[in-house]
Amino acid sequence: MSLVTNSMPSDRTDSLGGADAFPGHADVADYFALLKPRVMSLVVFTALVGLVRGPEALHPVLAFTALLCIAIGAGAAGALNMWWDADIDAMMTRTRGRPIPAGRVEPGEALAFGLVLASASVLVLGLAVGLVAAGLLAFTIFFYAVIYTMWLKRRTAQNIVIGGAAGALPPMIGWAATTGSIGVESVLLFLIIFFWTPPHFWALALLRAPEYARAGVPMLPVVAGAEETRKQILIYAAILAPLGVAPALLGFAGIAYGVISAALGGLFLLLAWQVYRRRGSAAEAAARRLFGFSVLYLFLLFAVLLVEAIAR
Amino acid sequence: MKHEKNGIVLTEEQRRRRRRRSVALAIVLGVVVILFYAVTIVKLGPQVMNRPL
Repeated sequence: MSLVTNSMPSDRTDSLGGADAFPGHADVADYFALLKPRVMSLVVFTALVGLVRGPEALHPVLAFTALLCIAIGAGAAGALNMWWDADIDAMMTRTRGRPIPAGRVEPGEALAFGLVLASASVLVLGLAVGLVAAGLLAFTIFFYAVIYTMWLKRRTAQNIVIGGAAGALPPMIGWAATTGSIGVESVLLFLIIFFWTPPHFWALALLRAPEYARAGVPMLPVVAGAEETRKQILIYAAILAPLGVAPALLGFAGIAYGVISAALGGLFLLLAWQVYRRRGSAAEAAARRLFGFSVLYLFLLFAVLLVEAIAR
Repeated sequence: MKHEKNGIVLTEEQRRRRRRRSVALAIVLGVVVILFYAVTIVKLGPQVMNRPL
């Protein structure tokens, strides 16, 4: 069974539109929504940690410019994602209120908005901060918009595993902004987010499987079933928990980070175990708890790294 | 949005949104100018003004 839809962007939005739609007359808030501000805030936060953990200090004005470019670049990738995915966004309750499916922004506007912001953010980052950071930002935008959104998302159940690399790159960009290179610690930060992404999204996908199936997105619970998804969540959690402690074990982070990351990793593993073992409504509650905790887990891990860097 | 003899006439809501878009664009352009000025000073220092013509 193929879950891939082959429709072209031009014929995807024919049925889109909303009561408050003013095509071509969108509000500022609609353009801001195209940038996926919640995703952007996590990107900025992890990039900031990469930036302050870097061995060399960056002038505050250049550090601000780097973060601004990373934020705009991430937002541009979000706008390109919404342009391509307008058809499936219209089918899911979580996303049908987005500016394009709601008819407030024309698909062409979102495409132009995304392309202009992507080009500008990479150009300014390259000119003001460094070519390695700019190259990584360009690669991140390309990976998210083209490799994940256009290629993997509708074709394979491993979409968010491979596509998760795009979300894991911001701390490396922040690190590269200070040093002009890629360090071992920044690779560790990349790996933590990379292995965090599958259990985070699969916990949500377990709850939203019927919607993903209706939209034709081959998420793991849709293709391989809930049982296999629960097993995979547990496997990734078992890899993530020790990986989260690795910065302390390898001497990159302090004792406080080591203790907190071990406790958080243990709790993550416990919640993943509950998702694996429970069935029925209890399984749903466990998946919801894991999804909520996974956001807190990543935030706290990076917050401790940030505090340690500021305190040293 | 109505098509009349004198061209397209925007509704009150569409006018309001266009004004907000214009203000947002003006703010963004202002921020970009200030940012480029600050980055130039930081990267080149005061010597940016001291060069042979």
